[in-house]
Amino acid sequence: MFQLFTKLDFDWLGNRKYFIMVSVVIMLAGLASAVVRQARPGGTEAFNLGVDFKGGTVLIVKFKTPPTAENLRTALSNAGVTDAIIQQSTSKPDEFLIKLPLEGPAATVEGADKAQVDAGRTKVKKALDTFGKEATTNTLAEDGNGAYKIIGTEAVGPIAGNELRKQAVAVTLLALVGILLYIAFRFKWTYGAGAVIAVFHDVLVTLGLFSIFQWEVNLTVVAALLTIVGFSVNDSIVIFDRIRENLKLRRRETLYDITNESVNQTMSRTVITGGLVFLSTLALVIWGGEVLRSFSIALLIGVVFGTYSTIAIASPIMVWWQQKVDAASVKPKPVTPTRTSTPRKTDRRSRVAKQT
Amino acid sequence: MNTKNFKWRVIIIAAVTLLGLYGVFGPRHKPTKQDFTWAGIKANLRNNIKLGLDLKGGTHLVMRVKVEDALKRLCENNAAETLRIGKEKNLPVTNAMADVSGGNFRFKVETSDASKVQAIQDAIKEKVDISDWTVSASGNTIIYTYPTSAVKVFSEKAVDQALKIIDSRLNATGVIEPTLQRHGAAGSNQILLQMPGLQDPERIKGMLAGESKLELVHVVGPPSPSPIQKYNTKEEAMASLGGTVPPNRRVLPYKDEPTTSGQQQEDPNAPKVTYWVVVETPAVVDGEQLRDAQAVSRTQQDNDYQIAFSLKKDGADKFGAWTGQNINQYMGVVLNDEVKSIAYIKSQISDSGEISGSFTKQSAEDLALTLRSGALPAPIEYQEERTVGPSLGADSIRAGLYASVGGLLFVILFVGFYYRLSGLNAILALILNMLLTVAGLIVLGATLTLPGIAGIILTIGMAVDSNVLVFERIREELREGKNVTSSVWGGFDHAFITIIDTHITTIISSLFLFVFGTGPIRGFAVTLILGLVINLFTAIYVSRTIFMYVLGRKQKAESLSI
Repeated sequence: MFQLFTKLDFDWLGNRKYFIMVSVVIMLAGLASAVVRQARPGGTEAFNLGVDFKGGTVLIVKFKTPPTAENLRTALSNAGVTDAIIQQSTSKPDEFLIKLPLEGPAATVEGADKAQVDAGRTKVKKALDTFGKEATTNTLAEDGNGAYKIIGTEAVGPIAGNELRKQAVAVTLLALVGILLYIAFRFKWTYGAGAVIAVFHDVLVTLGLFSIFQWEVNLTVVAALLTIVGFSVNDSIVIFDRIRENLKLRRRETLYDITNESVNQTMSRTVITGGLVFLSTLALVIWGGEVLRSFSIALLIGVVFGTYSTIAIASPIMVWWQQKVDAASVKPKPVTPTRTSTPRKTDRRSRVAKQT
Repeated sequence: MNTKNFKWRVIIIAAVTLLGLYGVFGPRHKPTKQDFTWAGIKANLRNNIKLGLDLKGGTHLVMRVKVEDALKRLCENNAAETLRIGKEKNLPVTNAMADVSGGNFRFKVETSDASKVQAIQDAIKEKVDISDWTVSASGNTIIYTYPTSAVKVFSEKAVDQALKIIDSRLNATGVIEPTLQRHGAAGSNQILLQMPGLQDPERIKGMLAGESKLELVHVVGPPSPSPIQKYNTKEEAMASLGGTVPPNRRVLPYKDEPTTSGQQQEDPNAPKVTYWVVVETPAVVDGEQLRDAQAVSRTQQDNDYQIAFSLKKDGADKFGAWTGQNINQYMGVVLNDEVKSIAYIKSQISDSGEISGSFTKQSAEDLALTLRSGALPAPIEYQEERTVGPSLGADSIRAGLYASVGGLLFVILFVGFYYRLSGLNAILALILNMLLTVAGLIVLGATLTLPGIAGIILTIGMAVDSNVLVFERIREELREGKNVTSSVWGGFDHAFITIIDTHITTIISSLFLFVFGTGPIRGFAVTLILGLVINLFTAIYVSRTIFMYVLGRKQKAESLSI
């Protein structure tokens, strides 16, 4: 039998301060990145928002003989497109992404809206025509005379972008509330709070890293974040389930010790599952293509931090909170919530009995 | 384990597997020999799976019906009508105007004589349909407000009507298998149109949103034989009205050959100049009265197409009566707020006319089509447009396929190595899960999108988690010195509740994606939810049955490869 951990005995909760510190540092770095980027005049924005959220146009162009990014930029600015972002596909060097922001504040004025979805495209086409004709056939290879082909476009108006952004935030928050309620119903609300705070942490860390590295945030990233939410909660539940089971079996031990032991008992599952999901998302990052890039990166980060936060955030918060609650419920005989306080135990027993 | 129970389990699993296989690879016609060849299986698979636009290629358009524009027009028309009524009945109406500020839709009527307020209200009630409006009068002003509830009903109706009109225009264009439906939250007035295969949507876009608002109007000015009263600039035209345009007049552009010293040049090649003319509003008849419109050409040359139209009976009666009374007056054909042609009325015209202008064959046909399908109740704006060419779609399919196979291989290798023969059990469950997920997609008629493929890949990871939970638990039981059989069933029993909890939480967060997400994101939620639900069957029921078989083979199981 090949095994990762046979008898793990590590005081996870004892080291909670260091874990939480690491998380706080990463989150602060992300926050700093977002604030600095937003505040610095002329700098980039807090997040590299995709057209889904910001509005604008993206064109994916395939060339027969790809020009340099510099040539492309010159051609575009000659055609009057000065603020385009040009991005060469990493896996396919003959493909370029050309991103155009919405055309100034005029775009929001009534009447300008019809034009703006098309205007960018027309200008880019004019610029591209300096490299040769656009292929008229379905694929670039079929047309001997074609020099390039626009193989995909995305254009989102300002109103739609705004709506999609609001929707994304609402969906994430609603999902968190749904999960909190479910865990509170299945366990106790302190467990739910621990899990949801951990998940919130995962979302913040992921977003922070997206701000630091300026990866594009688009609709698929929201899907990834919600998946992370589900995945991270999964991990927490596996540990919580173990804690609940152990609490029933070993009524003499404290919540603190039981939590530590439960984390250790489930460690091999945590690592194996985390590793497997990590591997399958890694496959997405490697082979999933440009369209899913942001999505796969978000998932990959989320898997790592989701696993980490269960141990480092969810369990300590749950234990800390539950100890507070227990201490409060035995007010007449105030006891400091140390590891071996006896009054809490009797109290927990009655609680567990009620639950089962 | 009792053998009868085991037999039933095997029968159920075999039946589900066969159904799944049929669902994914089976033909939807009477099976032929061809269906059992590799090519036949591939063709069937392709037919069975409904691919999303991001994989198949095509255009995704979100448009919004600008209901507020139609409401504004409604207010303006009512104001103009009020002025006309005031004049007709000799009531002291000094002003009537639309007021659409702050999201309110109303029109205000002012009178010089406060005692006539009731009389004016009665007169308006008689002529204008104001049953939905709320009226408030104070002093010399009467305010008609369109209440929120009426706005809602109006919007609903407008979007429904726009849907119908777009649908009929779409049918005439011959776009293959378009999906046209309402989109977004209630009150967003959005319409979604998906057109598979279509790469350059510009022409369709223009045609669908083409307002094609046709009006036949009286051009203000002295009657023929005086020339048409036209102005060189908009300001001049406005000045002729005393600086402000009254509600019953409009100033519209009119492109014509340039006039030199009062003579009309008959040179069709001379560049046209934009003049301005003053017309009466409301129009004599409008596009609603249109019966038919066709592109016609006398010379069959390009750039020489006109649109011949005819009117319905009501419109023809009205038009006939009006032209009969206005012989020698100038009449204009107005299309989308631009005067296309002006002619004087020689004799009574009843039911047909022509829009001239230098149309190409294509533009004349498109215009005739939009005219035939009726005017849109309100203008349409495009909010989102996504097109995916077939090569990009094929690339995405390939990328998705590589990533799924890659992910699956990673997992299979690891599980096989780590759990040995029991790993094989997990792998079988996993592959059955993949098969059933795809079959489920097909049975539900759901579309597979690129994020949907990502959902399948994620399902691989999450599905194997259930096996890991069980196997780790079995190992623990074994370590505690329990015998193989009770360790296995203990492992399943202990892990069961955890598996249910983890699945439900993930399904909860995916459900939010499904309900509130749009397009491709929804595809992700669908495959993930489906994969997780099926996993409860494969990772628990199927896997357990395989263990039953393994443990049942030996009289007394003493070791387990895990």
